[in-house]
Amino acid sequence: MGWFLLPFDNLLCIVLGISFTVGFSSLLVIVVPAVLGVSIGIRRLYMKSLLKVFEWATVRMERGAKEKNQHLYKPYSNGIIAKELSSLEQEIQELRASGTTLSSEPEFEMADIMYFCRRGVESIVDDEVTKRFSAQELESWNLLTRSNFNARHISLRLSVLWGLGLFIRYGFLLPLRVTLAASGIGLLVVLTTIVGFIPSGWLRTYLSEKIHLMSYRICVRSLTAIITYHNSENKPKNGGICVANHTTPIDVIILANDGCYSMVGQIHGGLIGVVQRAMVKSSPHIWFERSEVKDRHLVAERLSNHVADKTKHPILIFPEGTCINNTSVMMFKKGSFEIGCTVYPVAIKYDPRFGDAFWNSSKFGMVNYLLRMMSSWAIVCSVWYLPPMSREEGEDAVQFANRVKAAIATQGGLVDLLWDGGLKRGKVKNTFKEEQQKLYSKVLVGDQEDQGEDRPQEDEEEELEEGDQNEDRPLEDYTPRPLEDCSLRLQEEEEERGSETPMKDQ
Amino acid sequence: MGSRASTLLREEEIEEIKKETGFSHSQITRLYSRFTSLDKGENGTLSREDFQRIPELAINPLGDRIINAFFPEGEDQVNFRGFMRTLAHFRPIEDNEKNKDPIASEPLNSRSNKLLFAFRLYDLDRDDKISRDELLQVLRMMVGVNISDEQLGSIADRTIQEADQNGDNSISFNEFIKVGNVYILYIDIDIDI
Repeated sequence: MGWFLLPFDNLLCIVLGISFTVGFSSLLVIVVPAVLGVSIGIRRLYMKSLLKVFEWATVRMERGAKEKNQHLYKPYSNGIIAKELSSLEQEIQELRASGTTLSSEPEFEMADIMYFCRRGVESIVDDEVTKRFSAQELESWNLLTRSNFNARHISLRLSVLWGLGLFIRYGFLLPLRVTLAASGIGLLVVLTTIVGFIPSGWLRTYLSEKIHLMSYRICVRSLTAIITYHNSENKPKNGGICVANHTTPIDVIILANDGCYSMVGQIHGGLIGVVQRAMVKSSPHIWFERSEVKDRHLVAERLSNHVADKTKHPILIFPEGTCINNTSVMMFKKGSFEIGCTVYPVAIKYDPRFGDAFWNSSKFGMVNYLLRMMSSWAIVCSVWYLPPMSREEGEDAVQFANRVKAAIATQGGLVDLLWDGGLKRGKVKNTFKEEQQKLYSKVLVGDQEDQGEDRPQEDEEEELEEGDQNEDRPLEDYTPRPLEDCSLRLQEEEEERGSETPMKDQ
Repeated sequence: MGSRASTLLREEEIEEIKKETGFSHSQITRLYSRFTSLDKGENGTLSREDFQRIPELAINPLGDRIINAFFPEGEDQVNFRGFMRTLAHFRPIEDNEKNKDPIASEPLNSRSNKLLFAFRLYDLDRDDKISRDELLQVLRMMVGVNISDEQLGSIADRTIQEADQNGDNSISFNEFIKVGNVYILYIDIDIDI
């Protein structure tokens, strides 16, 4: 039987030899530019060729669908219904005017329920909030099984292409990327620990910056992230706070690739804890113990102290407090905006065609998510640095937060929502319903209620943030939450909200 | 998320729903995608909690009543057919809608069925009459704590007085039609495909 195995052995050797050579040379080609800080342009070429392939795939599917005379599923990014956001009062007047009675008298009409009925069913058909917590639907298929809605229309050629894509992604790209990521993080830990031994001073800061940037560059390449930075003249400076919209934990890597930031967060155990502790040895990141997380004053104090020291890097904060699917920006928690320093807004927009960057933490754990990220084609995104903003005279923290949020939403082409990202897991507060009831009562009995409290905007998405914000747990405002531990958050929520039971995820 | 939107819904089912509700093919697949995204338990049915997870519905004063309308008597789960059947009431009446089948029953989105839907939002015990109590219940849901019992009571009395014609101090379906008919098309929702 020996003679049978010999050619097999040879073949195995050859295959292993080739894969090692290919793997090693790819590593070299990727790591060396990363260390030196230059870009050869391989990734952009890759991106362009991928786009061509996707277009071809879509055309073929449409052709296939036409041949079989079937319908192709087309997702809609704008929502199912076109809703106008006029106030409750206006709508009720309109409703009554569609009949024959005089609508000027404050009176009850049995038909008034039709207003609430319609708004209710409209929200069942399509609402602004729930769709932000799951991945955005794509218009064309990008050869990833996870996002194909038209599976019936795949021809033989497309299947072959898909199979090839699968092999490339899992057989070649994934191992390569994992190796890169491991080396990037390993380098970070080792080098920052070493630099930590150098006494504080110019040399240490300089080396620490270089090391951080290099490690992040390697990590960026390990995700095949193709990032375009716009308006770099507005990059955050020392003594300020950088705020950005939050889609995924990778946001941190994307931003830190281009500049040095101080991270804020809760210190974890395990591997992440090791990385955190190493990082803080060479540059001042702000890590909190679990017990300190709830202490608002302590948190605010540490942040203020950090920004007061102009030698320290700007703090990176994600005020939404949770990951949103990159189609909208949700409520910014006011904590970071109370500190009173310059705020540098940053808008991050991912191109969904190459891979879905959104971390749906109720569906996928961290490891599963990273695996999906590393087996996508690429992560393509644009980062816009917006001009710095400061709180103006007579503006409170909430208004300032909303102003910054609106700027980020406009730049990134995202929908600006007033709803709280916390609705991903928790129930909406009753105060919103009470606001609706109050408005309707005014229609019935006229303006007998105190007009001082009335807000100028009376949309459905009411801005009742004063009540909310006071109950917020302090650190939830600040943490970029690289590791969103679902069960941990639910525990904290249950402790605080006695009556309202949060949504339980599987 | 709708990741299995078109694949789990068979063509025959789509045709049946089309016949029953009058929605177009693309509207049905779109709404199926919505149905599956609301179905967190992924078991093909929606429970009341699934509806209450929609914030805009949760803050609607009549939210609970509307949710109730989707569930058949005494049941806690609604499947896609039932979902579409209820939504069909809100489809606008088209001019060219003709009943090809002479024996077919009235379409779900007829004026009369729309009015019945609205009537049932008031008439919780399904006795085909809106009593003073039932009217007060709905009123209380809509105004919350902002109006006193006496004032609300007088509003209810006035409403019944205006609508009641046979003097039984409650509003029957026919009496409701008379007050509600001019407004009923307000509830139409244009699903824009």
